[in-house]
Amino acid sequence: MTHGNGTRGIFGSAIKRREDPKLITGRAKYTDDLQLPGMAYAAILRSPFAHARIRHIDTSQALALEGVLAVFTAQDVEEAGIPGVVPVGWLLPTLKTPAHPILAKDRVRYVGDAVAVVVAEDRYTAHDALEAIQVDYEPLAAVADVRQAVEPGAPAVHEEAPDNVAFTWEIGDREGTDTAFQQAAHVAKLDIVNNRLIPNAMEPRAALADFDPATGELTLYMTTQNPHIHRLLMSLASIGLPEHKIRVVAPEVGGGFGSKIHHYVDEAIVSFASMKLGRPVKWTATRTETYQTDAHGRDHVTTAEMAIDGEGKILGVRVNTYAAMGAYLSTFAPAVPTYLYGTLLSGEYDIPHIYCHVTGVFTHTTPVDAYRGAGRPEATLVIERLVDECAHLAGMDPVELRRRNFVPPDKFPYQTQVALVYDSGNYEAALEKALEKVDYQQFRREQEEARRQGRYLGIGFSTYIEACGLAPSALVGQLGAQAGQWESAVVRVHPTGKVTVYSGSSGHGQGHETTFAQIVAAELGVPYEDVEIVEGDTEAIPHGWGTYGSRSAAVGGSAIATAARRVVDKAKKIAAHLLEAAEEDIVFEDGKFYVKGSPDQAKTLAEVSLQAYLAHNLPKGLEPALEATAFYDPANFVFPFGTHVAIVEVDPETGQVELKRYVAVDDVGNVINPLIVDGQIHGGIAQGVGQALYEGAVYDESGNLVTGTMLDYAVPKAHFLPAFETDRTVTPCPHNPLGVKGVGEAGTIASTAAVVNAVVDALRPFGVTHLNPPVTAEKVWKAIHGA
Amino acid sequence: MGVPIQLEVNGQTVRQEVEPRLLLVHFLRDVLGLTGTKIGCDTSQCGACTVLMDGHAVKSCTVLAVQADGSSITTIEGLAQDGKYHPVQEAFWEAHGLQCGYCTPGMILSVVDLLESHPSPSEAEIREGLEGNLCRCTGYHNIVRAVQIAAEAMGK
Repeated sequence: MTHGNGTRGIFGSAIKRREDPKLITGRAKYTDDLQLPGMAYAAILRSPFAHARIRHIDTSQALALEGVLAVFTAQDVEEAGIPGVVPVGWLLPTLKTPAHPILAKDRVRYVGDAVAVVVAEDRYTAHDALEAIQVDYEPLAAVADVRQAVEPGAPAVHEEAPDNVAFTWEIGDREGTDTAFQQAAHVAKLDIVNNRLIPNAMEPRAALADFDPATGELTLYMTTQNPHIHRLLMSLASIGLPEHKIRVVAPEVGGGFGSKIHHYVDEAIVSFASMKLGRPVKWTATRTETYQTDAHGRDHVTTAEMAIDGEGKILGVRVNTYAAMGAYLSTFAPAVPTYLYGTLLSGEYDIPHIYCHVTGVFTHTTPVDAYRGAGRPEATLVIERLVDECAHLAGMDPVELRRRNFVPPDKFPYQTQVALVYDSGNYEAALEKALEKVDYQQFRREQEEARRQGRYLGIGFSTYIEACGLAPSALVGQLGAQAGQWESAVVRVHPTGKVTVYSGSSGHGQGHETTFAQIVAAELGVPYEDVEIVEGDTEAIPHGWGTYGSRSAAVGGSAIATAARRVVDKAKKIAAHLLEAAEEDIVFEDGKFYVKGSPDQAKTLAEVSLQAYLAHNLPKGLEPALEATAFYDPANFVFPFGTHVAIVEVDPETGQVELKRYVAVDDVGNVINPLIVDGQIHGGIAQGVGQALYEGAVYDESGNLVTGTMLDYAVPKAHFLPAFETDRTVTPCPHNPLGVKGVGEAGTIASTAAVVNAVVDALRPFGVTHLNPPVTAEKVWKAIHGA
Repeated sequence: MGVPIQLEVNGQTVRQEVEPRLLLVHFLRDVLGLTGTKIGCDTSQCGACTVLMDGHAVKSCTVLAVQADGSSITTIEGLAQDGKYHPVQEAFWEAHGLQCGYCTPGMILSVVDLLESHPSPSEAEIREGLEGNLCRCTGYHNIVRAVQIAAEAMGK
């Protein structure tokens, strides 16, 4: 344990999660499980057109239905005088920011755009009433494809951006990179599509708003990864209530993967309805609604080039990307294909010249925002595909080319050409471990042998890096964030020595209650069972920024450790006073304070805490009670890395890809709970494999979401996947108190590239150099047969 | 317009008049307050709403409450007996077979049914057997392990 004086062994121990008893018995309460007295149900009418003018809305038949309490449209929002728009929370210098009204006023811009809300006494009636609302639409031409949207004459999504360009952005040295390319022995050039994905958290989004007209207070229970961000944006932009009159609570939340970060119109709509009616109003998305309205991920079209010299050394990388924003700018959308993407294009490699240009594009589709990995899987696919292609052009082994270009262990901190400073790393060590696990040379022999028999095996590598635990607030502020990136923690030792911790992180499946308690038990030397973790309630917790970007351990956990150490510092003063010794002579070990050399005369933390609260005999000038608050602002990002290896077999007759083995060696720094870390890696891999082989949102020419249900969009099932073989190396983060990095996104960031590389490797005998995900059987078959 | 139904839910007899179109899952959740059964989709794909009907796993979003008349239903709330978790519940906890927990009640009840018909399934049989239940968090790795642990515990 880093602090050297905790409950021995609890930090790093694979204990079972304390969250689970309530989850395996059905006792946990998610938003839709909550019932409040007098609660009404909302259903939201959504546009069936990707682009249309609203001529007229007639709600009279809906209002006439028994049990319908109200129907609200944009007109009601306007008349109420609330701001009624959801904002974008990340600005770029060239960004166009057309308004996103919570209910569409005269125009709808994607299938799913909210048009009206019905509130009724029960769910079924609310949904019946949707069908009774008459909307007179004038359909208009729509564009769903990111490249078509920037063609001259494409229908404009917003008047403010007639060419559909939401922003342009660049990073790196354009001229230097162009010059470097002129020296190249080989240049790999690929057109890469990062396919549009639908997050599919198993719990659909939901919101239960309870406005009390007597106090003017709004309590909002909702599916959120960051209650304080929702409160802030609702106060500033959508609802306009003073911040202290809004309480946002995250009950149990059933997965997010980014999709529950953003401020959607829906929670504002139900809040507005509750304010109008003075009754609690609950809305729960149907799965169809989550497909249409949860912010999607990826959707990049990229031309990428990598130049190498005759020795296989990378000379430069040049990338041009069109990134879909969808119909409106979602909360952090502009950050994803820019600062979370362009900055990752150095990968694990020492690349002297990089240039990246990004065009953000409005399309008549569901908004696109952060989805597990957010920008970093896109960058990893680009770089790892280019590295493989360069190796192919140079006639080198792809492993060898990677090795020749790794940032060596003695070169950290390493300044990339795209802004980031990698703080630490040992890429070769993770690669070696992975090679050993797959027995690489043996595999290549088997592959040769199999090819002679007409069987096509492939191996794919992804030696990835990610930047997570975002990271210092002042820096992200310079980059356009309209949010801080620190995290808060309160560690409160009660008079009996039991501990309650309030964290600004907001878990939704990650096991924070377990891992954070492990941190505190280790820091304070108290039994794990004596520590309670509270999250997800703006009324209980100081301002916090929540859980996304693999930040909870690195930033939230660091805040907790910092606060716990402040508690120890204060307790030490009290213990010194009680033991009549100088503070610097006090030793703190295993939850006890004693004077150096006299461990028998120890005071426990509980004994010290009781004295702190009684305050009968405290050192002069010291305040009573025993708690501390920390607002921890990290010094840098954290940089998990590793090597993922996929082994596939392709059936040349059908094009079917079988993922036979998956090996992951990750370095996420110090590990608080190996059971949970492995679980995060497993789930991350599955989502990245989903992008590689199965998942992809498809729009038709008119902007209809063709893959609009779980029947049409292939969320991976158990038999689509193999067992995963995981291992790790440990390179602690040098700049945070626990030496931890992030783990939530690593698997996803790495795995898409590994699997796509494996399929291309399998298909080399057919002259295939690239396939875009999802690499479906049809695509593979066509590639083999030149169709 | 209500239709009277009588059924057993977690060992208790329930009599109620219900709208003919009321889904069993809404009857369990909204009428009886048994919110452990989840709703994850509207096309019978996800399996979050799985309950045992006369001992067999059914998707309660695909059964009308009136169709459950006369049946015996077990939801996740009724699986533990005498304060003791069912071996499948224990195994999910042990193997870290859940993260956000939303698919878990349905997943556990599907596994109970699976192990009833296949007491010692192979890994491939487990994966095939879970076809009707989606999980987005675990990548299924630890769910498969949980089923193996449960199978072994129940076989003893």
